[in-house]
Amino acid sequence: MEVLSFLADGVLMALEPINLMLIVIGVTVGLFIGAMPGLGSVNGVAILLPITFLVPPASAIIFLAAIYYGAMYGGAISSITLGIPGASTAVATTFDGRPLALQGRASLALVTAALASFVGGTVATVFFSLFAPLLATVALNFGPPEIFALMLLAFATFVGLGGDDIAKTVFSICFGLVLATVGFDTISGEPRLVLFDIQGFLRGIGFIVLAIGVYGIGEMIWTIEQTRGEITTTNPKMTAKGLASDAKEAVRRGWKGTWIGSILGFFVGVLPAAGATPGSLMSYGVAKMVSKTPEEYGKGSPDGVAAPEAANNSASTGSMLPMLTLGIPGSPTTAILLGGMVIWGLTPGPRLFIDESEFVWGLIGSFYISNMVAVLINLAFIPLFVWMLRTPFTILAPVIFVLSIVGGFAASRSMHDLWLIVIFGLGAFFLRKFDYPLAPAVLAIVLGPIAEPTLRQSLLLSSGDPMIFFNRPIAGPITVIAIILILLPAVKLLRRSRRVAPD
Amino acid sequence: MRQGEISLAGLLALFSLYLMWKSTELPIGYIRGEGPGGGFWPFWLSFGMLLSCCAVAWKWWRGKTPASVSDEPLMDSFGWLTVAHVGGGVIGFVALISVVSMYGAVAIFLVYYLRFLGRHSWLLTLAMASILPTGLFFFFEGAMQISMPQGLPFTQPFFDLMYDIIY
Repeated sequence: MEVLSFLADGVLMALEPINLMLIVIGVTVGLFIGAMPGLGSVNGVAILLPITFLVPPASAIIFLAAIYYGAMYGGAISSITLGIPGASTAVATTFDGRPLALQGRASLALVTAALASFVGGTVATVFFSLFAPLLATVALNFGPPEIFALMLLAFATFVGLGGDDIAKTVFSICFGLVLATVGFDTISGEPRLVLFDIQGFLRGIGFIVLAIGVYGIGEMIWTIEQTRGEITTTNPKMTAKGLASDAKEAVRRGWKGTWIGSILGFFVGVLPAAGATPGSLMSYGVAKMVSKTPEEYGKGSPDGVAAPEAANNSASTGSMLPMLTLGIPGSPTTAILLGGMVIWGLTPGPRLFIDESEFVWGLIGSFYISNMVAVLINLAFIPLFVWMLRTPFTILAPVIFVLSIVGGFAASRSMHDLWLIVIFGLGAFFLRKFDYPLAPAVLAIVLGPIAEPTLRQSLLLSSGDPMIFFNRPIAGPITVIAIILILLPAVKLLRRSRRVAPD
Repeated sequence: MRQGEISLAGLLALFSLYLMWKSTELPIGYIRGEGPGGGFWPFWLSFGMLLSCCAVAWKWWRGKTPASVSDEPLMDSFGWLTVAHVGGGVIGFVALISVVSMYGAVAIFLVYYLRFLGRHSWLLTLAMASILPTGLFFFFEGAMQISMPQGLPFTQPFFDLMYDIIY
């Protein structure tokens, strides 16, 4: 009952005119920043942080959290309409969102993404309200072996994502992970894999460089070559009735993915250093695994859009939990929020819920309000995003190329990275010609910087004994499940070949 | 397609070997008291890439992939021409950034694509080639405070004019 009373006070605080106005502005700004390839919530929060010193701390964090929410919704827009994941959290949304858009069902994809994001965010906020202190303790038990086991589980789901050619999927995963090691060895500080001794590689290779290369350049050249320039991208008709019917279809065909994403996303998001990207990926993998029609995934399944979208919103709320209760940011965006809190004179940690309960519950209350505002604003803008797709492809294509290059530069500020984007784009085109799946590489480059240090720290802890991943109570079962998942396609293949042999 | 698949696998295997060799610049084994060396993770991942290439070659040899049993060419002349026009256009776009600035390169690329590849009218082409770079300028330089490359010094008067509008 005490929680409900605190929550009611928090919601009332979030509904104060200044806070409500900041929520509406924050969500709208976040939506458009998130929709821009190359820019994500971290850019929006970082750029607008100085503005928040004009308002009280509670209003300031409510504003920044609203930007965070808006950007999470916005990430799906570029994934679906342009086929370019604006942020790593929206990579998995591209898998089914883009095919739906190409089938002329962009509005269904966008409505599914909006509703799933709303459910994901709301479920996570309820969990947040009820279990905050308990979950903080569980998250604290996650050391390097547990986090590495979780990464292994994420990679295991990649094998399922890559279709039948396991060798090419494994190549793609390893390639993405190797790219993530370029630059400096984070532990010894020595230069590592400075390819062909080109100094630009000392900066490393960012996720966005590979993602824009693969999806922004490679995918576009592929589409133009395959369709011979005569692209009937989509002919969407957008009416209020159509929107309502899409909403019904989204609920009917996307509910399973929404629930999987909402629950799984939150628990992955709570883990320090995990965040929304592994959450969305794992939710996609699990939704595909438990689906009765896994063959529909990758071809335009609403469940395939709902799972990652629900998960990334759920995880973004979850990642606030270690930030508030332990002072550990769960994602780059929460790291900036944490910095802001310190500047505002607040000390994140276990005592925050006691010493600054009004602030904490005001923030939690704002999550509920932000979610409602975000889904309404997002649905209101869907006709605009769908209208974009009516543009002839010979106009849309150069605009996508321009946004890819400009967005790529905005994210990295380096000409070296722009050339890498072009090389990755052309390389991706030829790899795709020979059925190499590229999504696992993009996801691996995101998870690589988490996987490597946790593996090395774990082996250091165990003096080089890999059994550390098996004999710990949390890491053990996760590792075993991951290994089963990795071996599953091989077993299936073996059984299939045995069945064919007698025939 | 058949020849292409094995050639690509060979090329990727060579690249994997290069990465393995490059990884050995840092220790690839376990160092007592320090844990795995800096080259450990990339070395074994590159080895994984090499093994995958061997598996692809094995499947190719046994004719188990669609490409390995296909006699079709990788692309016909139209496909190559399309890739050359579009890919070449993007390469030209990036190359021009250091000369005529990001916004100048965007305008030139849009003229090239819309007018010469898309065969749109000059009116639409020029409208797009002026509105989009201007919009991008105000968004990035004004709202997001992100400076884009300004090219060679001859573009400076244009930037001075635009900055006067923002500030």
